[in-house]
Amino acid sequence: MIRKIGVPLAAIVIFLILWELLVWANGWPNYKMASPSDLWPAFWQYRELFLIQGWETLWRTVVGLGLAVIVGILLGMVMGFSRTMREALYPLLVGFNAIPKATVVPIIALMFVGQHDLNTILIAFMISFFPIAVSVSIGLSTLEPEYRDILRSLGASNLTIFWKIALPKTLPEFFGALKVSVTLAFIGTNLMEIVSPHGRGLGALFDSGKTNADFPLMFAVLLALAALGIALYYVVVFLERTFAGWAERPEH
Amino acid sequence: MSSEALIDIKGVTHAYKTKSGPLPVLDDLNVSVKEGGFVAVVGPSGCGKSTLTRLIAGLMKPNEGEVWLHGARVTSPRSTVGMAFQNPVLLEWRSILDNVILPLEIVPTKLSRKEKEARAEELLALVGLEGFESKRPSELSGGMRQRASLCRALVHKPDVLILDEPFGALDAFTREDLWQTMHALKAKEPFTGVLITHDLRESIFLADEVVVLSGRPATTQYRLPVAFEGARTIDHLYTPEAAEMLNVLRHQIEIAQGRVAA
Ligand SMILES: Nc1ncnc2c1ncn2[C@@H]1O[C@H](COP(=O)(O)OP(=O)(O)OP(=O)(O)O)[C@@H](O)[C@H]1O
Ligand SMILES: [Mg+2]
Repeated sequence: MIRKIGVPLAAIVIFLILWELLVWANGWPNYKMASPSDLWPAFWQYRELFLIQGWETLWRTVVGLGLAVIVGILLGMVMGFSRTMREALYPLLVGFNAIPKATVVPIIALMFVGQHDLNTILIAFMISFFPIAVSVSIGLSTLEPEYRDILRSLGASNLTIFWKIALPKTLPEFFGALKVSVTLAFIGTNLMEIVSPHGRGLGALFDSGKTNADFPLMFAVLLALAALGIALYYVVVFLERTFAGWAERPEH
Repeated sequence: MSSEALIDIKGVTHAYKTKSGPLPVLDDLNVSVKEGGFVAVVGPSGCGKSTLTRLIAGLMKPNEGEVWLHGARVTSPRSTVGMAFQNPVLLEWRSILDNVILPLEIVPTKLSRKEKEARAEELLALVGLEGFESKRPSELSGGMRQRASLCRALVHKPDVLILDEPFGALDAFTREDLWQTMHALKAKEPFTGVLITHDLRESIFLADEVVVLSGRPATTQYRLPVAFEGARTIDHLYTPEAAEMLNVLRHQIEIAQGRVAA
């Protein structure tokens, strides 16, 4: 337990100290690179804003991610069970995923003008469903036929086979993809928050820091984003342990 | 009743559709197993033995011919069948006990959860897995996993047991242990069985009839009734009768492989 929390914590502290030293040794001014000791005043000064905007970013990311999970699993199921659908949908999905989302952001922003929440959630969703869909479809399509036969020979329906075998067996791959998707969803949310005029969330706070040349604020936002990202990542790790802990091999 | 065949495969012909046209796998195959009987099926690799098991289980329909179980024509899977494969396919996220219980969650049953557990525990004890109920499959050896897989195949008291090379991946000693376990199971849990195997000694040790299939497309090439006096022990495999039977079977396999003329 000490090791699990202490080691990562120590690593973060060491990182902050090195950062401070680097800025101090080079004598960089704030507009070049703020140092950690400049960030605390920024955090403190805007503490209320950080809480409010952090919450905005967090809930929209989580909702977008939730959508990505639902749509990703459904798409993955369709592609995993039907070869025809897999062959039909893969090129479309790959093409869609290849489009840089930074170019989609203004399009979405124009499509639903003024609906900032919807836009943000949409981008978070669009950027993060792909890994989930692919992992679920691969997990299902590579299920050994014997697993299916064990239940099918007893007269089990496809739905039963999905719940009892296919889904649990795919969970480790699913959580692997979810860890990637969490980070992606954050990127999506922030893209929209930064780009939207009158946006909300940490991205908008970053943008206002930029406008006012408040460099410590900008860096403080980056740190807050990192902290949120880490927190959400570990939520996924916790869920993974709970639901797919069996996939961890006993240590030798 | 006893003379009537419980498993009856009548003139079954089957071909797979492949990219390069139809691949004939079974050709006018006839096999019948009477109630309580245990038939071993041997034949060259790739001749269609696993296909045969899938047809008996109702997982596929033959192009021609009929499969009958218990006087009813098989057109779809039925819950009175138990299956085990070379790969034990245990579910890693379930304990051994819950793996064995799995079929009882599928087939209609009036058993309570307690009774299901008791049934699974009874079988696990019978195959020597007492005390391993709460272990995960990954904590068991290959032979133990296969034992658990056999329990799962039998837990819902199927009247037909289909085994597709269940001992194929095990070492020789473990395999002989499991042969004994099979006899113990058969004494306690009456079933009618079909065993696919590549091991001729296994076929005569376990079965009361050995069917040799020809090369692909497979048809029934030879039948060998197996009879030993008294309860079977490994020692029986070292008697002159056994040597004679093994010789005949080996010769038949060579014919099936096309290595010698009939
Ligand atoms: N789903 C399928 N589609 C097309 N061809 C198949 C399919 N399943 C099996 N075959 C082919 O049919 C033939 C018989 O297969 P089967 O698995 O029944 O043989 P087998 O006797 O069990 O082989 P082995 O002894 O290696 O287990 C093989 O040539 C195989 O390649
Ligand atoms: Mg086979």
